[in-house]
Amino acid sequence: MRQRERTTPPPASLVPLPLQGRPKKEDIMTDLDTFRTDTRAWLEANCPPEMRKPVRSEADVCWGGRRFEPSCPEQKQWLDTMAARGWTVPDWPTQYGGGGLSPAETKVLREEMKAIGARSPLNSFGISMLGPALLKYGTEEQKLDHLPKIARGEIRWCQGYSEPNAGSDLASLATSAEDNGDHYIVNGQKVWTSYADKADWIFCLVRTDKSSKQGGISFVLFDMESPGVSTRPILLISGYSPFCETFFDDVKVPKINRIHDENKGWDVAKYLLGHEREMISGMGLGEGKDLLIAGALATIGTDEQGRLADPLLRAQIAQFQVRAKAFAAMSERFIDELKAGRAHPAQPSMMKYYGTELNKDRHELQMAGGGSDALEWESDAGRTGALPRAWLRTKANSIEGGTSEIQLNIIAKRILDLPS
Amino acid sequence: MPLYLTEDQTTLQDTIRDFVADAAPVSHLRALRDADDPIGFSRDLWKQFAEMGFTGILIGEDQGGLGMGHVEAGVVLEEIGRNLSPSPFLTTAVAAVEALRGTAQADRWFPGIVAGETVAALAIDEAAKHRDHVDLKAERSGNGFRLTGRKQFVTHAHVADMLIVAARTAGSASDRDGITLFAVPRDAAKLDIRPERLADSSIAAHLDFDGVEVDADAVIGEVDAGRVPLDRLLRAGRTGASAELLGVGGGAMAMTVGYLKQRKQFGVTIGSFQALQHRAAHLYSEMEVARAAVLRAQQLLDAGSDRADEAVSVAKAMTAMATTLSVNEGVQMHGGIGMTDEYDIGFFMKRARVLAELWGDANFHADRLALAAGY
Repeated sequence: MRQRERTTPPPASLVPLPLQGRPKKEDIMTDLDTFRTDTRAWLEANCPPEMRKPVRSEADVCWGGRRFEPSCPEQKQWLDTMAARGWTVPDWPTQYGGGGLSPAETKVLREEMKAIGARSPLNSFGISMLGPALLKYGTEEQKLDHLPKIARGEIRWCQGYSEPNAGSDLASLATSAEDNGDHYIVNGQKVWTSYADKADWIFCLVRTDKSSKQGGISFVLFDMESPGVSTRPILLISGYSPFCETFFDDVKVPKINRIHDENKGWDVAKYLLGHEREMISGMGLGEGKDLLIAGALATIGTDEQGRLADPLLRAQIAQFQVRAKAFAAMSERFIDELKAGRAHPAQPSMMKYYGTELNKDRHELQMAGGGSDALEWESDAGRTGALPRAWLRTKANSIEGGTSEIQLNIIAKRILDLPS
Repeated sequence: MPLYLTEDQTTLQDTIRDFVADAAPVSHLRALRDADDPIGFSRDLWKQFAEMGFTGILIGEDQGGLGMGHVEAGVVLEEIGRNLSPSPFLTTAVAAVEALRGTAQADRWFPGIVAGETVAALAIDEAAKHRDHVDLKAERSGNGFRLTGRKQFVTHAHVADMLIVAARTAGSASDRDGITLFAVPRDAAKLDIRPERLADSSIAAHLDFDGVEVDADAVIGEVDAGRVPLDRLLRAGRTGASAELLGVGGGAMAMTVGYLKQRKQFGVTIGSFQALQHRAAHLYSEMEVARAAVLRAQQLLDAGSDRADEAVSVAKAMTAMATTLSVNEGVQMHGGIGMTDEYDIGFFMKRARVLAELWGDANFHADRLALAAGY
């Protein structure tokens, strides 16, 4: 069981309870209330109306990068406006392009953005994965070199972790980095590299010592335009190719691009995986939670009492909604605890497990609610195939970033302390 | 407000955790059950609750209480749940107090509740499944009202000092309005109280009102406007039951995980088997999510938010589902010993079932959420 550290001994006498003379909530709230008012006004003035519409497709998501092509001028404007304020990464320090906001202020900003339906100005693996790892393990030069470009959406990153023979057993990876003076020579293959064909740089796990499994891995960064790097998209059951095979053939990687010590890359990798799991767990919240209900209502209709006319599907959706709303609270609790340093270090595994399983359930129900309309692969009925393709895409959620079974292993061992 | 306990709340939790585990562990329930105790809880323990101030936890400091909120009341209830401590805390100190709050009846009953001398019972349900119907009639009669109808699942009614009765003074059974709440003495004439022992050894009664006469000053709040205090009562009661469920589910999970680390088969501790690890890890996840839902509901109730109602239904449904899983997995993973009366895990299963049913089960609340969301 997770034990909370008891910092103060329980009072010997139970009466009176230690509850008098507490600071009034109002005093603490004043600064935050001012920040909220200011933020609300600023967002109202600066968030373009176009950027307050729900995200309908991949084109509406801003990933940034050298080859970023905005789907509309407002998308670029919104990115630049937010980046100038440091609010693409509101809780990063200002010297690295962040907003320098406290956890409470970050939460307020998130709430205020949600209140007006503001889109995220920038989605990126640089923000959700590499950034936190650099902040913890990077040198000052590395931070100053890479973080501001992530914050401004100038460089799009991809993740070189999995290999054909290193999936759940990630630490058995074989991509080699041979010491060649001031640089490494990297050879090998990665797989399931998300958007490798669109990314500018890669953060990559390589083997620098064959004699030790976890202790022979290093964490390096390099430009995807380096000679010897090639990618090949993988066609998935959804008909899309969000993942690639990535090949390295004598790629030169300067040693100054290694994060943390040689052979200490597994520490960085695990730390980063925690953040990746956090990000993936967010999928359980779903971008279109009302889409499920609206879609089923549109297809099936209601009875005289206004209930969805398919009572068994209605019951399934209702039970799903209980879990989804409870998980939304869990996500908020998790972030609050994380920012306050109170979350169990393995808690991201629980979030990832629950969020991805929930997301799969949502899409199964969405398909059931859509009936045969939702099967149409290209027509408008299936939203030009978005519905069935998204349904199929979610099946990867419980595989990527560590399978559900791996997460359950981690919870069992690290949180419940069950024996190996 | 971050979704975790504040420092003050954590200190309170430490205090309460030690107190309840010491004063009323599961063996306390077992002893009452074995003695076929006719009250169903210990009045001495209720007095101790009063000495600690807990009976007045939701009552303002100006009225002798602690003036705290639902998060703090939930902290107490979780420990009550974890120890399966029989107590009128949920009905009296939480649900009844919320019904009486701000009414003329508060002055009359709060001092007794604070002192640990008054126990309240809540006569809401009229059928075996909870629903939003009130059919028990209250007709004008002389200076007061005459109550006719029936209630059931009224915990502590057979020993209560006052019964809060939801009655219909206008409209028909399913109408939201036209309800009036009454404070009725247990020994009122023409009131038949038939206590029944439930699966978890608690005692709840069937009530028959055969023209029970009460004075006009028995009305809680306003005539025909009882929906307001009734909703307050139900929101607080459901949230409190959710917190207690968290304790029951958490207690069962702790027992089970402890057992997995200790029981050996095939020469190894059974907790090393992946089949059991995954079941335990899944259970942990459900309980964590349920905990978040409960804290959200408590915080929104304390803030007087109009989103509290939805959060309360989410909390009640989610804790019912997660705790049901916890006690079922608990018995299964204990194996044969889990089926014995001698071992405590079965007590958790019985209590969970009663709390899951109280004031609407998971289906009731899921349906409620669906209606609110327009499907």
